[in-house]
Amino acid sequence: MSHPIDEKTVRHVALLGRIELTDEQVSTLGRQLADIVAYVDKLQELDTAEVEPMAHALPIHNVLADDVEGPSLPPEQALANAPQREGDLYKVPKVIGESQ
Amino acid sequence: MSAITDLSALALRDAIAAKKISATEAAKAYLHAIETLEPKLCAFNEVLADRALLQADDVDRRIAAGEALGLLAGVPIAIKDNICTSFGHTTCSSKILANFQAPYDATVTQKLQQAGAVFLAKANMDEFAMGSSTENSGFKPTHNPWDLSRVPGGSSGGSAAATSARLCAAALGSDTGGSIRQPAAFCGVAGLKPSYGRVSRLGLVAYGSSLDQIGPIGRSVADVALMLQVIAGYDPKDSTSVNAPVPDYLAKLDEPVAGLRVGLVKEFHSQSLNPEIRAAVDKAVEAFRTAGATIVEVSLPHSRIDIDAEGKLSSFAVACYYIVATAEASSNLARYDGVHYGHRTAERVNDIVTLYSRSRAEGFGEEVKRRIMLGSYALSSGYYDAYYLKALKVRRLIRNDFDAAFKQCDVLLGPTAPETAFKIGAKTADPLTMYLSDIYTISVNLAGIAGISVPSGLSTQKLPLAVQLLGDSLAEDKLLRAARMYEKAIGVSELKPPVSA
Repeated sequence: MSHPIDEKTVRHVALLGRIELTDEQVSTLGRQLADIVAYVDKLQELDTAEVEPMAHALPIHNVLADDVEGPSLPPEQALANAPQREGDLYKVPKVIGESQ
Repeated sequence: MSAITDLSALALRDAIAAKKISATEAAKAYLHAIETLEPKLCAFNEVLADRALLQADDVDRRIAAGEALGLLAGVPIAIKDNICTSFGHTTCSSKILANFQAPYDATVTQKLQQAGAVFLAKANMDEFAMGSSTENSGFKPTHNPWDLSRVPGGSSGGSAAATSARLCAAALGSDTGGSIRQPAAFCGVAGLKPSYGRVSRLGLVAYGSSLDQIGPIGRSVADVALMLQVIAGYDPKDSTSVNAPVPDYLAKLDEPVAGLRVGLVKEFHSQSLNPEIRAAVDKAVEAFRTAGATIVEVSLPHSRIDIDAEGKLSSFAVACYYIVATAEASSNLARYDGVHYGHRTAERVNDIVTLYSRSRAEGFGEEVKRRIMLGSYALSSGYYDAYYLKALKVRRLIRNDFDAAFKQCDVLLGPTAPETAFKIGAKTADPLTMYLSDIYTISVNLAGIAGISVPSGLSTQKLPLAVQLLGDSLAEDKLLRAARMYEKAIGVSELKPPVSA
């Protein structure tokens, strides 16, 4: 089951991953992704109808922490790496009302 | 001063405790080595010289005062730059985190600090640990101290090259598909990927969370055991760490495992294997026999390597990994949004999606983009069952093979990498060829078991050869003892490369 990765798919996946691509990258990445996907299609050779999926190596499921208050990062430390801030807030461009 | 940098971590620790060498002398010897050789090797993103001298001075003061010392008191080490330190930077060798200063220490950083280790440097790596050569570093490639025109392997290439070249006594790396073991093999040092959950991942920048594990790199099995002793253990802040007691890894390290059964992995020992590496595995079989072990042939059918008519290699494990790891990466790396921390585009943008997409386009390198896109594809509507779910089922089959194998033997034996260190630039044009560097290491991460690469001498080209030993989950104790038996039997340890202090 081989899926050709066309330009539309590459652009869709890039949007899902929030990565802006140049036209040249669309074609290069399209080719490379198609090669990799063709390679991973090898998995289809195996019959896995009766196999339980394994997401994790450990037989642990919901690990709950005790519901107790602990120290958290003070705002100054939490914001120390922010590209742009205003007071104790992260600053971003206007998100509503323009091109979106 | 070269005598100090030639000491094993264990010997240096003992010499410092016995007041034969001061921690300050040790730190200065290593800082001198770094000054001389780092321009050639490019193993480090940041050298923490001033802090290292302060730390060493503190150890000396405590020794003078007769205070109790930690397991690594005064031992100069390096740590991979995807492990958070509240001092210096934590960049993951990515432009997107070039200026990032972690607000807290990883649990392993805290443990090393408490043990008295002296932090010399943050080590270069493939960006976000995605790669097998350290050429994907967003800053610079690291060179192999055995031949500067060759790669050190990856992604923990800086940690392995530095340990081998005597720029640090030992180092930490991280291993998601072979990233500790393969560079250890390429640089002639020992490198352990502990079993999943043995070492806390708190403060390890996430790549593939169900596969990532921090582990030590050292010039001998004993140094690896010493480092593991310090970093292993349950951490309530990592919900995937295992709440099990940590054995004393050094206590019985030199005692052979009575009745050791070594499983030779049939699928990894085919005629297609590089002849020198095959010979290294054969030599290991003989060494184990001489040491009194029994050799049994075992099969890992779902980790096998197929070769088509054109000579192209393929493996279920590699295919499975590139779905599971990239799916997890696409989710983990969503946090780099140009808002909370990390690079933000300097261009004026009018909407939030462009802010994200452009910041990420500018900050991430090509391999990271490729993997995020592959992971997004595998998880996207219409492909989830065919790829992601299918990969999780194959992962189970891979694990089942290991469970069956460990019923017949104590440790498994095979090669670490399909070749010795390759030339810089040899594989950068073809991502798939690069992915095959991990063909013998990758199933270990999928299964969650432990693996160690141990040097086995030099090839005819004077490049390091290595073998890999695998142990069951939480069986590092037995694995390290078996590795030590092998090391003693073949008489290879603490190999010294031509470019070294």
